[in-house]
Amino acid sequence: MNERWIKAAPWLWTIGLFALWEGAVRIFSIEVFILPAPTDIWEAIVKYWSPIWKNSLQTLLTTTIGFLMAVGGGLALGLAIGWSRAIYAGLYPIMIGFNSIPKVAVVPILVIWFGIGTVPAVLTAFLIAFFPIVVNVATGLATIEPEMEDVLRALGAKKLDIMLKVGIPRSMPYFFGSLKIAITLAFVGSVISETVAANSGIGHMMLAAQSQFNVPLVWAGLVALAVLGIVMYAAMAWLEMRMTGWAHRSGLH
Amino acid sequence: MTGFVELRDVRLAYGPGGSGTLALDGLTMTVKRGEFAAVVGPSGCGKSTLMKLATGLIRPQTGTVEVAGHEVDGPVSIAGMAFQNPSMLPWRTTLRNVMLPLEIVQPHRSRLSKEREAYQQRAEDLLAVVGLKGFSDKYPWQLSGGMQQRSNLCRALIHDPTLLMLDEPFGALDAFTREELWQVMRDLHAEKGFTTILVTHDLREAVFLSDRVFVMSARPGKIIVERSIDFGRPRPLDLTYEADFNDVVHELRAHIAEARTAA
Repeated sequence: MNERWIKAAPWLWTIGLFALWEGAVRIFSIEVFILPAPTDIWEAIVKYWSPIWKNSLQTLLTTTIGFLMAVGGGLALGLAIGWSRAIYAGLYPIMIGFNSIPKVAVVPILVIWFGIGTVPAVLTAFLIAFFPIVVNVATGLATIEPEMEDVLRALGAKKLDIMLKVGIPRSMPYFFGSLKIAITLAFVGSVISETVAANSGIGHMMLAAQSQFNVPLVWAGLVALAVLGIVMYAAMAWLEMRMTGWAHRSGLH
Repeated sequence: MTGFVELRDVRLAYGPGGSGTLALDGLTMTVKRGEFAAVVGPSGCGKSTLMKLATGLIRPQTGTVEVAGHEVDGPVSIAGMAFQNPSMLPWRTTLRNVMLPLEIVQPHRSRLSKEREAYQQRAEDLLAVVGLKGFSDKYPWQLSGGMQQRSNLCRALIHDPTLLMLDEPFGALDAFTREELWQVMRDLHAEKGFTTILVTHDLREAVFLSDRVFVMSARPGKIIVERSIDFGRPRPLDLTYEADFNDVVHELRAHIAEARTAA
């Protein structure tokens, strides 16, 4: 009984939240341009289904490309940082500095370089998503048990052996865990860029809708983003379970 | 005669250029081929440093370390090591954990893929010797602490090392499991005859297992007493409850107490 409630909980809470929202809008007769009711948003979704779908695909595309670049770059940089203390010492402060720059401030530069459109969105997604991957991979490598390292080094293991046999497998749970954060951030990145400088994508669609005072469509864009985010997050969580099940032992018992 | 492991007048200090903590100073000890040596001493006396020296993981500032007739100038690779922390890799089964050294040490490394079955059999046999028959497909977290330590011993021995270095391998186990593993260790040593250096703070363990006990001083560590243990082999566990045995333990204990107050 209890188990079933827990299984149903995500749906019940979501429905409850929307019901509360709907009720509040009706009871306090909130104007639609302040806060549209869920039913208004639903109407907008149905009415503008075609542009929403098209722009969602565009955002999904830029996000995915940026995310994949972040995975490649983050993995490589994380391994390099975890490999050598000299690289770590040199690069870490630079990376922290770079990560503190709000990515929205980088978009104009990207536009100067690449023009308005898909490329700045992809690059913004990449720039914002790769940091957590680097940090997590490097952490996994940096926390090899010293005993393990001694055992292998005493056998004549080279650094590469230790990395391949221990370091890299060990950092995989950190890596796959970071993908969940990275994919969400990649969405933030591409939407930021789309809002500032693009001709398509959910961000652009929302901006256009806002200038026409089509508030329900703005909210429909938000809903689309939330749905995309949940789906991608779930995909990453699934991937994590598949690849590093050994690190989640309770799941295997 | 020269020994299998020889440390002569070794001085080792940590920190850049040896400017930091002086761990060992004027340490000299000789372990004969096939001998079971135990090293005991007050905590922080540099016992673990000794292990790293003998396996070539670190080099002394002065003095010499020789293993098997050669001066040690890098990892010796004829050694197996086991620590108190079993450090099994959680993504590998027990069998594959035990076989890890074979993927590193030559000549096994190049033979492993061709003769995988023979090597697997060897690992299974070794697991059976320590009482882990049928556990080779289990993951480390499915094993108890004692079982993990048994597989740790197997991993240290799979490549047939001529030198076995043990750093408090039974320290974290309950008393019964520990005594059981003493017997496993005793039998393995009797059967395979590798030279063993056991670092421990458990005097009963040292006296039960070893041919000679070396007592170290407080830091900077050196050997202050060498005590031969002459009980006949094979030694039954009951020996540890006999008066002669306890006399030796008491004697060693007095030396350590002295070493501690001298510090």
